[in-house]
Amino acid sequence: MLKTFPMGGVHPPENKFSAGNKIIKADLPETVNIPLSQHLGVPAEAIVNRGDEVKTGQLIGSSKGFVSSNIHSSVTGKVIKIDKSLDSSGYKKASVSIQVSGDEWLPEIDRSSDLKKEIGISGEEIIKKILEAGIVGMGGATFPSHVKMSLPKGKTAEIVILNGVECEPYLTSDHRLMLEKGEEILIGLRIIMKALGVNRGMVGIENNKKDAIQHFTNLAKQYPEIEVFPLKVKYPQGGEKQLIKALTGREVPSGGLPIDVGVVVHNVGTSFAVYEAIQKNKPLIERVVTVTGKGVSSPSNLLARIGTPVSQLIEAAGGIPENTGKIVNGGPMMGKALNSTDVPVMKGTSGILLIPGEESKREQSSTCIRCTKCVNVCPMGLEPYLLMTLSEKEKFERLENEKVMDCIECGSCSFVCPSNRPLLDYIRLAKFRVGNIIRNRK
Amino acid sequence: MNKTITISPSPHLHSGQSTSGLMYNVLIALIPAFAVSVWMFGWGVIIITGVAVVSSMLFEFLIQKFLLKKELSITDGSAALTGVLIAFCLPVNIPLWLVILGSLIAIGVGKMTFGGLGNNPFNPALVGRVFLFISFPVQMTSWPVPKGFDTLIPKFMSPFSQDILDATTGATPLGIVKEGMRVSEGMDNILANLPSGMEMLYGKMGGSMGEIAALALLIGLAYLLITKVITWHIPVTIMLTVTVFTGILWLANPIANANPVFHLLTGGLMLGAIFMATDYVTSPMTSMGMIIYAVGIGMLTVIIRRFGAYPEGVQFAILIMNAFVPLINSYFKPKRFGHKK
Repeated sequence: MLKTFPMGGVHPPENKFSAGNKIIKADLPETVNIPLSQHLGVPAEAIVNRGDEVKTGQLIGSSKGFVSSNIHSSVTGKVIKIDKSLDSSGYKKASVSIQVSGDEWLPEIDRSSDLKKEIGISGEEIIKKILEAGIVGMGGATFPSHVKMSLPKGKTAEIVILNGVECEPYLTSDHRLMLEKGEEILIGLRIIMKALGVNRGMVGIENNKKDAIQHFTNLAKQYPEIEVFPLKVKYPQGGEKQLIKALTGREVPSGGLPIDVGVVVHNVGTSFAVYEAIQKNKPLIERVVTVTGKGVSSPSNLLARIGTPVSQLIEAAGGIPENTGKIVNGGPMMGKALNSTDVPVMKGTSGILLIPGEESKREQSSTCIRCTKCVNVCPMGLEPYLLMTLSEKEKFERLENEKVMDCIECGSCSFVCPSNRPLLDYIRLAKFRVGNIIRNRK
Repeated sequence: MNKTITISPSPHLHSGQSTSGLMYNVLIALIPAFAVSVWMFGWGVIIITGVAVVSSMLFEFLIQKFLLKKELSITDGSAALTGVLIAFCLPVNIPLWLVILGSLIAIGVGKMTFGGLGNNPFNPALVGRVFLFISFPVQMTSWPVPKGFDTLIPKFMSPFSQDILDATTGATPLGIVKEGMRVSEGMDNILANLPSGMEMLYGKMGGSMGEIAALALLIGLAYLLITKVITWHIPVTIMLTVTVFTGILWLANPIANANPVFHLLTGGLMLGAIFMATDYVTSPMTSMGMIIYAVGIGMLTVIIRRFGAYPEGVQFAILIMNAFVPLINSYFKPKRFGHKK
């Protein structure tokens, strides 16, 4: 029996068209637009001025506070603008625009592809370097990685889990990275384990990526402390709490963090970035982005510099199909619809999905027939139909009692509802309102 | 590229399953029982089912359009399903005007007074059935004797001719047992008057149109489970409860009690457990709640059958447990992730 999380979950069609396509380097754009807030927490502060010449890998935004992250230039060129501009959040946010003149990397960055296995530095130095390199969670949540590695007082970590689940349909960037950079990812895991003082590592990969499971199982033979687990395919297994439950049986308490059960989870992409930062001195300035969709002529996995316009990546994958009705940053279950393709690739951009017109609009919603499907698929054991009704009626106290804040917004309820009810929309609204009430109470 | 692109919150994907799709799947699951019924009771089954479906849909249409002035939803399949279920719990020789009246009560009182689909606390088809059962006991309990496999071509029984009323009538197996108990015959004497177990399994016995064919109804259950329209909790728990409860009675006193197999195969138990108790709108929302609800239905059914005045109790058991559903929903919550129980 393959491991999986026990409660809820759905099986959307996988549609991983680009799974067999190797990662290719995207062309350097003419200008990059690098947002200063590509992570959860406080935005970085620009430390360059208009007109400055910058090199590839140079620090241009410095982190402000503990939960924040550094931002580096992904190209060589001249800073032409530091102003607010639209990013994939849909809002205008401070960012640095650089006109590209070449690609001269800082000399301390090791650009060779030699594998470096020995970890020469201490745990403390690792965390410091991860902070310096601007590494954030690359699965999409973009939580600053050094924060996850700095244990709160009184907590100890026992297991580090690498998340190679990639349960979102269509996306293949993690899958390709695992196939092509498997050695580096495992060394990255060992670096993270060293920083946390942990001697047990687990890698969870869904069973629809058999080649990656095979590859990792072979590679992991040299590291007795690392185990690779194939997982039964089920969305949202890539959710941190679901993955921990599936692999260890431990249940992160409501409102708690993985560290409360002695676990730290990192995405495989983050692990690769950690390898590059520690072993190669390379800050986080590029990432793999899947560009895909049903009408896309050549679905691709592109290694793109941070700040590259999304429109350029779409062109590289064959352009926008005629009947495109929606453009999503991320996967179809949790991604965000873009209102422009001029927005830049950011650290959390795992994919760009082009959805045809006929699939881009929701069906007319109708009355709830109480079929219990939303309750059965909820991986958090909530009752979405009830939460929606309470949200419509603004019953915030009851919403809190019904644990609305536990919702991970995976969208399984809306996906499965035969009446096409906008369950998650209303639950989000409730979370926002209830969240405000809870904060004001303190 | 289109001039307009859609901006909406996630998820951007839907399973494609629809309310009407679910209803039509239930209708498909009723086909085997329908076919057996036509075979046993003749063409009248088709006519009565047709009248029930058309009148249910018509009443829903009229009420939505002229009384409630709401958006029409008769194509969602729920009114058609209610119609079929009403027909299935009527005897085939029922006068057609009663079928129409039953549909009016089911849709009008059972469903639309509460606001239509999704809001009714009681199963509409059973509301219609119980109304007819209490108001017209004679017509509702004269059961034609099934033709069975005597002829491959079902006999045409025109509902407009006297034919249908003249058809030979007899009691249902549950009725035979009840009457036998009343005159205190022993169970072995009563059993001699009953159809064999095999006949009860495929449906050669007196009863309502859609309830006689246990095997065909079980095929419907398999279809509903495979297509994931329902889960096992309600039907299986009802059958288990009835088996255990009647089993205890039977073991304690086999002279005074029929065996569990008899109870499972007769009356409206299969139809009720598989198609009535599982009605989405009127059943609980969690697995634990469903089990409690189903145990209640099973227990009440046996109590009414064994100790009550009526031979059959499934209809009342389901309606009574329907009334407990809001209470069950507020007490039986799913196991919340990350909370200690």
